[in-house]
Amino acid sequence: MMSATTAPVALATTQPAAAADTQPTVLATTPSAAPVVEVLSAEKVFPNGTRALEPIDLTVGQGEFITLLGPSGCGKSTLLKMVAHLIEPSEGRLRWWRGGHESVGQPGRKLVFVFQDATLMPWANVATNVRLPLDLARVPRVQSDPRVDQALGTVGLGQFGRHFPRQLSGGMQMRASIARALVDQPDLLLMDEPFGALDEITRNRLDADLLRLWWERKLTILFVTHSIYEAVFLSTRVIVMAARPGRILREVVIDEPHPRDDSFRVSQAFAGYARQLQQLLIEASDGRPGDDSNATHESASPMVNRTH
Amino acid sequence: MAAQTPLLYNPAFVRILSPLLVGVALLLTWEGLVRFYEVPKYLVPSPSLIALTLVEDWRLLFSALLITLKVTFLAFFLAAVIGTLVAFIFVQSRWIERAFFPYAVLLQVTPVVAIAPLIIIWVKDPLPALVICATIVAIFPIISNTTLGLRSVNPGLLNLFRMNKASRWQELIRLRVPTALPYFFGGLRISSGLALIGAVVAEFVAGTGGTAAGLAYQILQAGFQINIPRLFAALMLITVAGVALFLLMVLLSKWALGQWHESELKAET
Repeated sequence: MMSATTAPVALATTQPAAAADTQPTVLATTPSAAPVVEVLSAEKVFPNGTRALEPIDLTVGQGEFITLLGPSGCGKSTLLKMVAHLIEPSEGRLRWWRGGHESVGQPGRKLVFVFQDATLMPWANVATNVRLPLDLARVPRVQSDPRVDQALGTVGLGQFGRHFPRQLSGGMQMRASIARALVDQPDLLLMDEPFGALDEITRNRLDADLLRLWWERKLTILFVTHSIYEAVFLSTRVIVMAARPGRILREVVIDEPHPRDDSFRVSQAFAGYARQLQQLLIEASDGRPGDDSNATHESASPMVNRTH
Repeated sequence: MAAQTPLLYNPAFVRILSPLLVGVALLLTWEGLVRFYEVPKYLVPSPSLIALTLVEDWRLLFSALLITLKVTFLAFFLAAVIGTLVAFIFVQSRWIERAFFPYAVLLQVTPVVAIAPLIIIWVKDPLPALVICATIVAIFPIISNTTLGLRSVNPGLLNLFRMNKASRWQELIRLRVPTALPYFFGGLRISSGLALIGAVVAEFVAGTGGTAAGLAYQILQAGFQINIPRLFAALMLITVAGVALFLLMVLLSKWALGQWHESELKAET
């Protein structure tokens, strides 16, 4: 195994993080940014013998918005849960902020998971739901209440703190769930198809809001979806995964400026990326290994990298 | 204005009126049949005679009712407290639950009439003996429902709690207990009726008069004396007490869950 090669590419250079500030409209895309999460030859075989993931190598750099895209059963949720430390890898390992999992949760190293459903407590009102991470950390109410109000305001639910989850629409429940994630001031957001159950208009609106939050707060986001359009719109990098066994098929850099708005959705470049990802997904579903000749004909930009 | 209000279309009115009408119709039919066929009162007394007996024997029957209710409430309270405690212990580990659950089932499947004589021999005072019997009858739904409830936690929420490094105590109080509440109240509804049945059955077996002469004893006595109207009157009191107890549980559950749980919500329009 390659366990000895612990230092990923371009670890040493720390300057580009500052460079991003000088050029506010174009994101300095990775691999130069400081790594937030490193997945090092991690694989997952479930006790029943199912091989959910082949050994995976992936580095999530500071400030990236990475999307894991793939058909059902490609292990994208498993990978995300490994990053969240909800699942242990069978082989290989992960590093968070260049350290073990113990350091996660300290200031500047906060990781928050946003689930597929809103997973709100039905017996508690929205404000109490949002306050939960602070309550569990025993933050006194005088400190937590203003943070809850702020988080609710950020997601546009300022007026709904006293409502119960059942009184909100699906999109609003998801907003509450995001407010709960933001209240803890996370550095890394892990999102498992958070808008998958919503209608397209609501989903687009939430995508735009999420992108704005990511941009304004300099978050790092690892996002799972099976929507090509969502992946193109949001990401700085799309990791296309294939199923049986779950593996990374290809990596596509979405080299488009930020902040993005709805005009990006109807642009030539958007369509080009979508077509390219579509092609890759067909490959992924066929279970054929990716080969260069297939994808590059269709690609609008030459930004196709092979997986490492 | 009032004359124009279509009272029959008022849902609340219909909900109360329709079962009431059925009841009145049944009673009238009963009264009519007994009078028409001149059924002797020691076989089937007419409703009017039962009502009359209820008024005439009120002091006797009411004090008996109080004693039965006392046993019922004590047993119900004990069943709720002990049952909940047992459920809390069960969810601490699968091992504990597996080891002890069969014995909880044992309590449930053993007919109380079969063990009541033993308990009455072991416990000298009639009141505690009756309460123990009724508790045994009433406790199982609370144990099984509450255990199920405490285990029925939304896995996403459980993950959320674990990722936020919640303590076992926080997990129990903030997550498991609220999740279990609807199940617990479901258990209470079943158990309230069972406590009453347990109280009556235990009293039948004990057959004690004197200080602990409840409604069951009055029924036994009335049976021996072929005082069938009084038997019916006592029976009616037991039924009314059971229904009242059930309604009380419904109200309690509505009060506790009304704001959030699906079972207590009106369908959204």
